[in-house]
Amino acid sequence: MELIRLTPWDLAIAASLILALAALSWQLRLGVGKRLLISATRTLVQLMLLGLVLHLIFDQSNPLFIGGLLLIMALIAAREIRARQTRPFGGLWGYGIGGSTMFVSAFALMLLATQVIIQVDPWYNPQYLIPLFGMLLGNTMSGIAIALDGLTRSAWRQRPVIEGRLLLGETWQQAIGDIRQEALRSGLIPIINQMSIAGLVSLPGMMTGQILAGSPPLEAAKYQILILLLVAAGTGFGTMGAMWLASRRLFDERQRLRLDRLKSTS
Amino acid sequence: MSLELRGFDIPLLQPIDLTLADGWLVTLSGPSGAGKSLLLRAIADLDPHQGECLLDGQNQCSMPAPVWRRRVGLLPAEPQWWYDQVGDHFPDGKSTFLKPLGLPAECLQWQISRLSSGEKQRLGLARLLENEPRILLLDEATANLDQENRQRVETLIHDLQKSRRLGVLWVSHDPDQRRRLSDRSLRIVQDRLERESWS
Repeated sequence: MELIRLTPWDLAIAASLILALAALSWQLRLGVGKRLLISATRTLVQLMLLGLVLHLIFDQSNPLFIGGLLLIMALIAAREIRARQTRPFGGLWGYGIGGSTMFVSAFALMLLATQVIIQVDPWYNPQYLIPLFGMLLGNTMSGIAIALDGLTRSAWRQRPVIEGRLLLGETWQQAIGDIRQEALRSGLIPIINQMSIAGLVSLPGMMTGQILAGSPPLEAAKYQILILLLVAAGTGFGTMGAMWLASRRLFDERQRLRLDRLKSTS
Repeated sequence: MSLELRGFDIPLLQPIDLTLADGWLVTLSGPSGAGKSLLLRAIADLDPHQGECLLDGQNQCSMPAPVWRRRVGLLPAEPQWWYDQVGDHFPDGKSTFLKPLGLPAECLQWQISRLSSGEKQRLGLARLLENEPRILLLDEATANLDQENRQRVETLIHDLQKSRRLGVLWVSHDPDQRRRLSDRSLRIVQDRLERESWS
């Protein structure tokens, strides 16, 4: 199947819709217009640059270079997680909790996918490693960011309840258990929804892209299933790890709630 | 059991040396914001502090925090609730302290949303007493109660003081209550803890 190439004019039509949405937001004073425009501009610039440099990256045969690139992607994602928190942890913890759990989870699942399932040759083939890692990283990042924000905000708001439970002799795990469970659930809901409606309500982005690029639909579906399952596992493990570390950090060695370890960004 | 503070240091107050002997009731008063609640929170090990806090000679740090908080029970001014129904907050959904506090047995089936502040305060005390604390820290425990229920709370605490040798540190703004109940009365003046005398 011949690939229909997009012109700048085609992209401009889509971009004009975002401009209209931002104008409407400004008119209705919703306060999201600026953020919408910045995000859309970032999408445009970042993806165009990626498109330009990706073929250069795919030509690379140095595993250290590929490893460095993955690390840079993870560091940027860790910064994004922190930036999305209303009350992030102070100091390096703000980056470390979300960043480390996200990296470990996404990296482990990328290795599983490329080395055990797809069996990429050579093992560091960037054409597989980078898009897969990017997908895993992006989704895990979103899950962790939502869950962490929910956990720290709820802990802040529900301080009297948490301390009330501690006062009755509950352990820190019991005192924050309900809040942690709720935050974890909110972090996993997007990927659970995505899996539930895949193929019925929505055609997932990767599969759509592959089909538009001319891949046989069944092959595209198989890759999409693999990615969705990996993304769900990555988001789940990453978010669980982040929730455990973050809730532990909210208490000190005497199981006191330490909200002074959180900062306010608003 | 006795509670002993040695060089107990928290923000707002000078280091404190204090002994609360078993079976004693000590009241504490002072202006708002003087540090009364902070002192109770630190004794319950809810806030970081310096100095020593001993229960029958055993240091706070040598005991797991949940065990300490069960033995040294703090009733905050506004007890908190996190389940929908009252009974879910009690071990096995039962309490032996409802009747002395003037609460019907069926209150365990009540929804939290329908409780008055006075009911919350009495139920909070009943829930705390189920832990069988050796020391009781009360932060304005009768502030929301009418005279009849205040009397019930005072009688129950007095009985436990005698029967279980319960040591009580009670923050109270009511001078009559302090005079009526205390074996000793303390007052925060500026940043120091002083013995209150009745004139």
